[in-house]
Amino acid sequence: MKKILALVLACVMALSMFACGGNTDVENTGDATNNNNEVVENAGTLKIGGIGPTTGGAAIYGTAVKNAIELAVNEVNANGGINGMTVEFMWEDDEHNAEKSVNAYSTLMDKGMQVLIGTVTSAPCIAVVKEAELDNVFMITPSGSAVASIDAPNAFRVCFSDPDQGIGSANYIKNTDLAQKVAVIYNVSDPYSNGIYEKFAAQAAEVGLEIVAAEAFTNDSATDFSVQIQKVKESGADLLFLPIYYEAAALILDQANSAGLDLPVFGCDGLDGVIGQLGDKADLAEGVMLLTPFAADATDDKTVAFTTAYVAAYGETPNQFAADAYDAVYIVKTAIEAAGITSADISASDLCDAIVEQMTAIEVDGVTGKMTWSADGEPTKEPKAMVIKNGAYAAM
Amino acid sequence: MRKCEVTGVKKLTLSATAKDRYTTYGLVVLIAVAVQLFVSYGNASNSFKGLLVPTCVYVLAALSLNLVVGVSGELSLGQAGFMCIGAYVGATFSVITAESIASDAVRFTIAILLGGIVAGVFGFLIGIPVLRLRGDYLAIVTLAFGEIIKSVCGNLYLSADKNGLFVALDVKAKSAHAFDAATKVDYVNGALGINGIPRTSNIRVNEWAFVICMAVILIAVIVMLNFIDSKQGRAVMAARDNRIAAEAMGVNVTRSKMTAFVMSAFFAGVAGVLYAHNYNVLDTSNFDYNQSILILVFVVLGGMTKMRSVMISTIILYVLPEALRGLNKWRMLIYAIVLIAMMLINNSVAIKKLVEKIQAKFAKGAENKEGGAA
Amino acid sequence: MSSFFSYLISGISLGSIYALIALGYTMVYGIAKMLNFAHGDVIMIGGYIAWLVFSSLGLPVWLAIICAVIVCVILGVVIEKIAYKPLRTATPLAVLITAIGVSYLLQNTALLTFGPASKTFTSVVPDSLGISIGGIDITGETIVTIVVTVLIMVGLTLFVNYTKSGKAMRAVSEDRGAAQLMGINVNRTISLTFAIGSALAAVAGILLCSTYPQIGPYTGAMPGIKAFTAAVFGGIGSIPGAMIGGIVLGIIENLSKAYISSQLSDAIVFAVLIVVLLVKPTGLLGKKINEKV
Repeated sequence: MKKILALVLACVMALSMFACGGNTDVENTGDATNNNNEVVENAGTLKIGGIGPTTGGAAIYGTAVKNAIELAVNEVNANGGINGMTVEFMWEDDEHNAEKSVNAYSTLMDKGMQVLIGTVTSAPCIAVVKEAELDNVFMITPSGSAVASIDAPNAFRVCFSDPDQGIGSANYIKNTDLAQKVAVIYNVSDPYSNGIYEKFAAQAAEVGLEIVAAEAFTNDSATDFSVQIQKVKESGADLLFLPIYYEAAALILDQANSAGLDLPVFGCDGLDGVIGQLGDKADLAEGVMLLTPFAADATDDKTVAFTTAYVAAYGETPNQFAADAYDAVYIVKTAIEAAGITSADISASDLCDAIVEQMTAIEVDGVTGKMTWSADGEPTKEPKAMVIKNGAYAAM
Repeated sequence: MRKCEVTGVKKLTLSATAKDRYTTYGLVVLIAVAVQLFVSYGNASNSFKGLLVPTCVYVLAALSLNLVVGVSGELSLGQAGFMCIGAYVGATFSVITAESIASDAVRFTIAILLGGIVAGVFGFLIGIPVLRLRGDYLAIVTLAFGEIIKSVCGNLYLSADKNGLFVALDVKAKSAHAFDAATKVDYVNGALGINGIPRTSNIRVNEWAFVICMAVILIAVIVMLNFIDSKQGRAVMAARDNRIAAEAMGVNVTRSKMTAFVMSAFFAGVAGVLYAHNYNVLDTSNFDYNQSILILVFVVLGGMTKMRSVMISTIILYVLPEALRGLNKWRMLIYAIVLIAMMLINNSVAIKKLVEKIQAKFAKGAENKEGGAA
Repeated sequence: MSSFFSYLISGISLGSIYALIALGYTMVYGIAKMLNFAHGDVIMIGGYIAWLVFSSLGLPVWLAIICAVIVCVILGVVIEKIAYKPLRTATPLAVLITAIGVSYLLQNTALLTFGPASKTFTSVVPDSLGISIGGIDITGETIVTIVVTVLIMVGLTLFVNYTKSGKAMRAVSEDRGAAQLMGINVNRTISLTFAIGSALAAVAGILLCSTYPQIGPYTGAMPGIKAFTAAVFGGIGSIPGAMIGGIVLGIIENLSKAYISSQLSDAIVFAVLIVVLLVKPTGLLGKKINEKV
């Protein structure tokens, strides 16, 4: 009996520590203190939360978003905050898992989150968006691209939706007469890749492109593509469409080269980063075309400033996840400023109503282009068609 | 005779005496009442509330795996597969009948039973080949089944229009199918899984969700304890301790093991249904072999015998990574170290001796006071 | 027909990687009787060390290989001493869970040390080694992997059968208690097994990362599971079995991708495994275990 009692006690202790401990210690990953700027009027601290995977297989995307938000928040604070309010940034890891993502969301709510930038990946985002809707907390996902990821009136996104990219790619290939016969290699276990492919196939049929090969791979077999490449080779395609992320794309380009497959390659925003990933084989990326709103090599002032600052802070080139997240912070800033909120002493729900009202009215010129939003949360911005020339992006 | 003694001894430590059993039931009821009171009248934080249902899900999953690993003594690495089946069946049912069955209670109850039964049927089908194998081979085959289930569910497309249901394992087949666009509804969508599941077990939507989950756990515990104490349960444990002796005594080992395996699959399926209805979205990414291993860790650290300790170890181990959130990026590293340390402390001979020494010292002190009450 | 051979060759290429990893699994399982789930992650560490020395610091290949092997051997022996040795008398399940803990530990250490982004690995095999037979290209990496795997398999078989330490290993594998009575230092023998297993992991890591030129904290996880499957397939504990299991698994995987379904290839591989185990419950070359009363 004593043993059981002890166990129950231990368990209650563990739980109570957890149940009550939430409010006391606020973790502060974004450095809210600023040295070079004295805020005369203290308008309070606005708490922005972020959720995404910083451990597990998708950690690279979450880390990029976390870094970029941190960077943007520091910039905002250094320049006087949002309407005088200092921004505090809190981050929680979700391991790219819907269950953990909801847990992370609860933790952030306990810490007094007022605005959510996240989540990073699509499926967890679909779960969290329903929680944020219940609480009426404003959320903007930098990169959750599934349609259902922003299925709530208070949810918006920075990136394109998957169907948009699929339809956009098919139209672009058709309109510029890049190819008649298209082969596709896509990741069937990734909603992003799957979503783009599904709409691409539908749109291709519509506009009269022929898909001669559609080969899938999964997360569990994302290293060896010899079979898929061989099939593409035999299909007689004159273009290879890769609606996938750049790590797998780098492997495909390398293996295609070894197998003697030499087709023009077309991809979406996930392909950004492929040059760096190829390392000393970067010449394999020559001629790769991609539709992306962001290119780290672009020479406009905004991109250069962002890329330089990011490289200086984190030692790597930012990818499109980072760019979307960086923009997300400035979108929130613009919306709050437009709403004329000057005190952080406002409930998350009231803040949400105020921001949502402004979202359809504002226009933000970020590193991923000029954006406006419709009431369903989808951004309108121009994807830029890029081609890799001499190891750098060039407009097509 | 020696063999009989061995089983006899094990029986005493394992099969619950009446008092022991009611302690376990009491514990479940106590936790349910205490926590529900805290949630209703106390100042429970969001994360506390948010963790209640998932913790129940994992407790149920761990209890179900305990039937195979602890009671039958077979290593199974595919429990997440059964959860996956239950979750997909239950969620699909709820999504399809979201409008036709108005009552949440009725729909949810049917979903739970349906998910459990289908998982149980799969348990039976998988049990036929699996239970012929031993040890690590059994483990790898259950792992393989788990991966197959995950792979198939992740490629499943289920849609409907006015002409009826459409099922495919390939997005190409779905694209090629001519749907009636006006009445087309997607239920299961490949890698995207199932969206818009009516949430009946989420504590933020239904404040009785936690009590419902605990009631399901209570039922599971009653059924399992009765099984362990039944003739079949004893047969399973006899076979675990010495298969050859048990067979020589005329025990139908395979049949008893099958009962335990199917029951385990059933409750894992039920856990899956509860899990699916806690979130708005369901996909297969959470049902991979890591999940099976996680559940196995709960069971092994719970000592693999007493249900109470399995429940408690699950609660502690599930809450631990969440409680460690303050450690930021060091969280999973610390979790790994804690896991290794716990295994070493529980099993290491040297440390055991040390603990015994300390215990003996304390026991001496206690004996003086209580007169050696155990 | 030519495409069939091309699939076959790529299957063998993939399979030889599985075989190389499976050799390490089977070695440790055969002697220490434990499923070392952390093996895949030791491979990852080996890959990182080689990346650090070769790709990042630009030092010569042979130095990278030696460094990777030394680090992995030390790592393997230390893991064995700290995490597995205290559990020698515990249930196999306890050791299994500890191995999983070690696997998490290694993954998260790598994640914190090297960051989540996968690094570009420069192949240690010169391109000029690649050949072309009848229009089918075989890369240098494939050739080197196959040659290395065969050499290691033969070497291990000779070692286990004909050297004193090898005989000690077999004795420990048969009956630990009896071996101890015969004067064999069981602890040293098991440490040696881990040292060899980890050295193999280092080599496997380098070749894995050369064939698929990326290295990240989770690079070892999936190949580890597939190789474990391959080891069971061939009969876990059997050295030639691991080789055959790996190659066969690679071929099945690629042929099912090519001819059945590229989406469901994972499921098909595991289904074939189940069928094989039902027909031969101890794998292709596994020893039949006699039950003692």
